[in-house]
Amino acid sequence: MKKSILTVAAFSVISLALAQTPEERGLEIAKAAELADEGFGSSSVELKMVLKNKNGQTSERTMTTRTLELTEDGDKSLIAFGSPKDVKGTATLTYTHKVGSDDQWLYLPSIKRVKRISSNNKSGPFVGSEFAYEDLSSQEVEKYTYKFLEAKGNLLLVEQDPVDPKSGYTRRIVTYNKDKGYRIEKVEFYDRKNALLKTLTYSDYKLYKNKFWRAATFNMVNHQSNKETLLKFSDYDFGVAFSEDDFSQVALQRAGK
Amino acid sequence: MNALKKAGNSVNTFAKKWAEFVIKFKWPVLLLTILLALGLASQGKMEFDGDYHVFFSESNPELEAFDALQEKYTKDDNIVIVLAPDNGEIFTKENLVAIEELTASAWNTPYSSRVDAVTNFQHTSAVGDDLYVDDLSYESATKTDAEIMEIKAKALKEPLLLHRIINEKGSVTAINVTVRLPGVDSAAEIPEVTVATRKMVDEFKEKHPQFKVYTTGLVPLNTAFFEASQSDLALIGIMLLIVVAVTFLLTRNFFATLSTLVVVLFSIMSAVGFIGLTGIKLTPPSAVFPTMILTLAVADSIHILVTMLQKARKDGMDKKEALIESMRLNFMPVFITSLTTVIGFLTMNFGDVPPFWHLGNITAFGMAMAFLYSTTTLPALMAIFPLWKKKGAIKKEEKIGMYTKLGLFVIRQPARLAVISLVVIGGLTYLATLNVFNDEFVEYFDDSVQFRRDSDFINDNLTGFYNVEFSVGSGESGGINNPEYLQKLNAFEDWLNDQSEVVHVNAFSEVARRVNRSMHGDDQTYYRVPDNREEAAQFLLLYELSLPFGLDLNNQINVDKSETRVTATLKNISSAEMIAFSARAEEWLGNNTDEPMHSIGVSPTMMFSKLGFRQADSMFNGNIVALILISLVLMLALRNFKLGLLSIIPNVTPVLVGFGIWALYKGQINTGMVIVFGMTLGIIVDDTVHFMSKFLRARRELGYDAKQAVIYAFETVGRALVTTTVVLLSGFAVLSTSSFALNSYMARITVIIITAALIIDFLLLPALLILSSRKEEEIEVIPNQLKPELKLDK
Repeated sequence: MKKSILTVAAFSVISLALAQTPEERGLEIAKAAELADEGFGSSSVELKMVLKNKNGQTSERTMTTRTLELTEDGDKSLIAFGSPKDVKGTATLTYTHKVGSDDQWLYLPSIKRVKRISSNNKSGPFVGSEFAYEDLSSQEVEKYTYKFLEAKGNLLLVEQDPVDPKSGYTRRIVTYNKDKGYRIEKVEFYDRKNALLKTLTYSDYKLYKNKFWRAATFNMVNHQSNKETLLKFSDYDFGVAFSEDDFSQVALQRAGK
Repeated sequence: MNALKKAGNSVNTFAKKWAEFVIKFKWPVLLLTILLALGLASQGKMEFDGDYHVFFSESNPELEAFDALQEKYTKDDNIVIVLAPDNGEIFTKENLVAIEELTASAWNTPYSSRVDAVTNFQHTSAVGDDLYVDDLSYESATKTDAEIMEIKAKALKEPLLLHRIINEKGSVTAINVTVRLPGVDSAAEIPEVTVATRKMVDEFKEKHPQFKVYTTGLVPLNTAFFEASQSDLALIGIMLLIVVAVTFLLTRNFFATLSTLVVVLFSIMSAVGFIGLTGIKLTPPSAVFPTMILTLAVADSIHILVTMLQKARKDGMDKKEALIESMRLNFMPVFITSLTTVIGFLTMNFGDVPPFWHLGNITAFGMAMAFLYSTTTLPALMAIFPLWKKKGAIKKEEKIGMYTKLGLFVIRQPARLAVISLVVIGGLTYLATLNVFNDEFVEYFDDSVQFRRDSDFINDNLTGFYNVEFSVGSGESGGINNPEYLQKLNAFEDWLNDQSEVVHVNAFSEVARRVNRSMHGDDQTYYRVPDNREEAAQFLLLYELSLPFGLDLNNQINVDKSETRVTATLKNISSAEMIAFSARAEEWLGNNTDEPMHSIGVSPTMMFSKLGFRQADSMFNGNIVALILISLVLMLALRNFKLGLLSIIPNVTPVLVGFGIWALYKGQINTGMVIVFGMTLGIIVDDTVHFMSKFLRARRELGYDAKQAVIYAFETVGRALVTTTVVLLSGFAVLSTSSFALNSYMARITVIIITAALIIDFLLLPALLILSSRKEEEIEVIPNQLKPELKLDK
């Protein structure tokens, strides 16, 4: 943690001295955002996912998400499904890695087994929604290369190109809010043919512990299929102090209960 | 009768005054009509729409059902690129690398949402205790020969690939590119995709010459429609040449030919203006409008010009006199024939197929304008141009002409001719009922079209082009994981696979079986749907989490996980067989499953299959209206109720004869042919009008008996009828060369109908006219009594 603060500090000093390239500026913003969110420790939140097709037909899923902050490597997270009924108790455990593919497991209560999920496929839709797994996983700085595009008042637009060749995107355009702890307001996703595929808008932000901005609503709109997915987060709980033991395969089996 | 006669006289007076007016103000009239034609043309805009949806009205129930299915899952228009390597083996390192490359570039197709190939097929397997889902052949360049053999074995065993993406021998493979067209402007989107695809295929062929490449799918179908429109529009060039040749042959006058050309071109320019003003986008059926207008409009001019030149050359009238006389004689017939043609074309609006509404309306407008220009621009031009008279050109024919001979032949045996004709017509009418509808859209295109050749190759060597889709519901949210549902879906899949028409079935039950097997260590005995709902749901969740971008299950499972999509790919079968197959499948679901699983078969194939029937049903009323209106026009024009009724026989029977002969020729009719009744009625009625009006004039004004009147009619209009028929036949013969069957079949049967109409008007009609006047005293007809001069009285 200290190391990264130093890096950023060093970077800032250099950037004052030298004219920055857009790439440097982009990376700087991503790092600033990471830094601003550093130190939350762990959190837990209830989540409702609403899938909507072109005709307005909807379908709901509920889940609980726990996250453990790690700095040497990517965060660990655990998502447990509450509904629909037939997948209740099913839970995914993810170890994000700064470099290389993430590790992911799924616990299936029907057969009481933990199964590893193919690591190189993570660009597909998450439970039929408009979110890909890669949209939901921890946004480690190392997973993208950056290019600063423009500043619109307090909003900073940065292009991010995924490092993983199996990503479903050629680039994302992320809008950071400089004045609100570099929280993300909007992400636009461009598909492999570089056409605008989806827009994710964050809203109903709330400030927790006077430092951490968390949006209560994520709205992902697919411009090509006209389907959309809404994520509704109820209050974040930063009170529970999770440890690494809460993110083990054994913990995974307990998670949905 | 007197009042009507007066009306008739007043028409004559009106026509004469009109002609005098036009000649007096020839320059202003010419200028005004030029301004009108140019003004309309300046509004003109010709845009093409190749989207196959244009063939379906918004309320078409098959279209609604198909759209509903697409909205529930995904809207899939596709491009199927089929590769056949020269070595006959897909599974070599070099070929797999090439396929991977093409698959990667296919992702760059505009609007693409999914690319399915043999290499990126998501193969599931058990690795240790885990489910492993990955491309069947990723980074093929690194594979060893043994690995490639393994890939081949897996591919040929895979039900989702075999007969869809790969053939049994492993010698032909497909890359299926799904595109999601926004549908905002299909006239721009489809060409955009086509251009990109063609460029990609060309580059691929250059880099990998070992492959033969074939392209089919819905987007290429749309492109084929698009290109058919353009090539049929281009037929106008040949038709113009024919018009010039025919007009020159008949008039032997340069200025007359030039004036005719001006009239038909003005008519077409006006029609183009109409297209621009109404915002119609051209489709293959409506793109033939210039040839139609040209064919039909030229007759007006020819009638007026031939009479005028005759009056000038043979009667020695001066130009102005001849022109006025010609206008007086022809104004009414030209008006009536234009009116009936317009009515005939407007009845296309009764049908259910929008491109034919457009064709009907554009041509009707063009014909109305043709009438206007023929009676304004044409006389004005002829008044302006000099008339060169050849000395000694006036000579009287003394011998009996061939039309007189034909007349004599008919009046000798009216009863026999009537009986023979009616028997032949009766027989052909019976045959006509044997025709069956067939709208196989691949066969709309003949072998000269690449799309047809490619589709045929793919049908013969890999898979089918036609399909039927079913959205099979479970009746509850998440119900697709209910084992009972899965078992029944599986049974439906099996049933479909057992049908002889079916080439391939894509059903969710196959996914469920495959995942179940891999979850049980690839144990083949678990190659069945899970028998526990939680298991099924959780396996599906795991499987879905393992799929990469663009290869998800959203195209076959709805958001609520309550319904799945079953796609049966079919062999080339006729529309009737297609409808029967779908009905059988619907019945199977009805008998073997609970209500929520009942479903109706939908697809573009089904939409086209039912299009002909739908068009025929809706056109039926239109045809009745056309018949009634046109018969009324005839009654008024002839001022005779009885003959108006009688005219129905020669007006209706040519169509019956036409379809009877068609039954012997092809036996299959398509949507394009449904409109010919109304259309040809408006055209062939001209023959009847001309013949009957001359017959009546002979009876009323010249006091001839029925037989003499028939001879008179033959002598006066026989040649004109043959001439206009020849013009019409050449026009429709040009159209019949179209590579597009909706147009070429329509034109071919019209050729038959118009020919039949002429024969019927020359044999059956006079026979009926004589027979219906039987009660009157018979007078011996001596040919010599009939003076050839009568001919000049046309």
